[in-house]
Amino acid sequence: MLAREWLEKAETGIPTFGFLDDGAKKDVRRALLKAVAIPGYQVPYGSREMPLARGWGTGGIQITLSMLLPSDVVKVIDQGCDGSVNAVNIKKFYERVAGVAITTDTLEATLVQTRHRIPEEKMTDRQILVLQVPYPEALREVESSEVQTRRMHSEADYARMWLHLYEDIVHFGEIRISYRYPCTVNGRHVMDPSPIPRWDVPKLHMADTLFLFGAGRERRIYAVPPYTRVEPLEFDDHKFRVEDFSGKSCGRCGATDTFLDEILGPGGSRTYCCSDTGYCDKRKAKWIRS
Amino acid sequence: MAYVAVQGGREAIDRACDLNEYRRQGAASRPLELAQIREQLHLAVDRVMGEGGLYAPDLAALALRQAAGDTIEASFLLRAHRATLPRIGESLPDSTSEMRMVRRISSAFKDVPGGQILGPTSDYTLRLLELDRLDDPERRRQVIRERVFRGLPDPGEMPDTFPRVVELLRQDGLVEDPGTEDAEPFDITRRSVAFPAPRSARLQALARGETGGLLLLAYSSMRGYGHIHPTLAELRVGYLPLRMTNPVTGESVVAGEVLVTEAEVVSRFSNPEGEPRFHMGYGLCLGHNEIKAISMGVLDRCMRTETPTCPAEDQEFVLYHSDGIESMGFSNHWKLPHYVDFLSDLDRLRKARENMAGQDGSHARA
Repeated sequence: MLAREWLEKAETGIPTFGFLDDGAKKDVRRALLKAVAIPGYQVPYGSREMPLARGWGTGGIQITLSMLLPSDVVKVIDQGCDGSVNAVNIKKFYERVAGVAITTDTLEATLVQTRHRIPEEKMTDRQILVLQVPYPEALREVESSEVQTRRMHSEADYARMWLHLYEDIVHFGEIRISYRYPCTVNGRHVMDPSPIPRWDVPKLHMADTLFLFGAGRERRIYAVPPYTRVEPLEFDDHKFRVEDFSGKSCGRCGATDTFLDEILGPGGSRTYCCSDTGYCDKRKAKWIRS
Repeated sequence: MAYVAVQGGREAIDRACDLNEYRRQGAASRPLELAQIREQLHLAVDRVMGEGGLYAPDLAALALRQAAGDTIEASFLLRAHRATLPRIGESLPDSTSEMRMVRRISSAFKDVPGGQILGPTSDYTLRLLELDRLDDPERRRQVIRERVFRGLPDPGEMPDTFPRVVELLRQDGLVEDPGTEDAEPFDITRRSVAFPAPRSARLQALARGETGGLLLLAYSSMRGYGHIHPTLAELRVGYLPLRMTNPVTGESVVAGEVLVTEAEVVSRFSNPEGEPRFHMGYGLCLGHNEIKAISMGVLDRCMRTETPTCPAEDQEFVLYHSDGIESMGFSNHWKLPHYVDFLSDLDRLRKARENMAGQDGSHARA
């Protein structure tokens, strides 16, 4: 179906397919092309006002809307979960302004939009993952000024970031960066991978899939194209490590190889379950059938 | 209407006041009823009660109407009224675990004992102007009522108490204990604050702070001018019982209840010396005002940084600049006549120019 045909059937009050006007979509797509051409580089763009508040995924939403086709099948997750508030909210919006099909199955989706997770199932070269980004600037931790961080990137001056990591090791015996772990992309730019856990960082490296990052409030877009090196900052004698779930498993599907949510029970008891609910449901269904 | 400092300004001033009232009353529309403001603009009412430092929904509605919707002006009216009231006693300290819950969420854990209660919030709505709903609000009210009252859960299913998420983390030693101050709580409405200010003074100042001002400072810290990366362990909106000691019998009695918003944030550990723990920040304000409670929690945490490196971590900066009524008053005072001061300024400027002209004629041309 063409966007024009969809519009004819759509409810009144929505001026264009995909909410954004064509000029805005073109702006975003232009920034996306530049972002793909310079992996890890933050491309400034004219972020538009969305009917969701800033900080609620407006950057990711603008990327998705700029690319959406009526034939797309979209999955939206919030912290890995299809049913979480932010995901539900965004899906309601997409259904209303673009009428696209929604799925919870990662492998069925043509486009996945996510807040703070990369799905557990390996995505293919036919799919795109759009990540919502609160802080596009990986160097913000060590430098408050945007003028300075842009200079540092242009000169590939990452000394202060390295020093920051080193000082953590000296003070705490451990790097304290838990999520949003800085990575070097394509051997050049240090990039903030969005607040995904360290668990998900290796999935960005030499992947089959295109990753697009949108920061609406900060007006930046960046990308990791397929088959690009994404290397977390680490020292020869202090290697990058992902979260440790050894000895724990999902209470629903039994998985021992997924990122687990910790759930507080009465009296402070702890149970665990997969953060990627789509994958967990799929495993559980398979397990019941067999 | 001239702006004059010579004799005879009195009548002009009276006329300006009348005109203000005339404009506020509007022309074609019906006068606003207080009940309408209290019920349908309840978030504005709550904001005014918090910033005004007086829990009085009816009076706050009155203030909002009188101030034509300006929340700072309305808080000012309420705070000025508060100054006329005697203080008849102090409420007893209470835990919020027995709050009559309206809304309660934790973004630190997917599920928590007592459950996530979303409650009434605009967080999950699409911010689209409801243009098609302008015409028939009565019908819309009917539809929503039917939707809300259909399938209401049994009130018996609601737990009576909700254990605090921070408390559960504290049991495992993962969150610092902010400790208690032995002394009586500091009261900034009765004493002038000195720095470093006790935590009770800081929290009180934040509770009366202007929502937008607190938001600005807290946001500066979250965005880049600071190092606090908060996680919202818990956000609660609900009614707290107001307990007091009966002056005659000495017994504790519940005098009523107060709607409050409470936020507890935890942030990354940074204690190279001691055992690593999350630090926490606390915010509680009158009424339903989530942005304010969260901003308070973040600023409470920021202000406990040992060596401040940015405005939001500097107690003096935060506490001296976040009161909306004080800052509004001072900013407005520049509209008062400053003829004398300015004349004195002019005198100095002219003298300096004369002196320069004495050295080099080219500078003196006016």
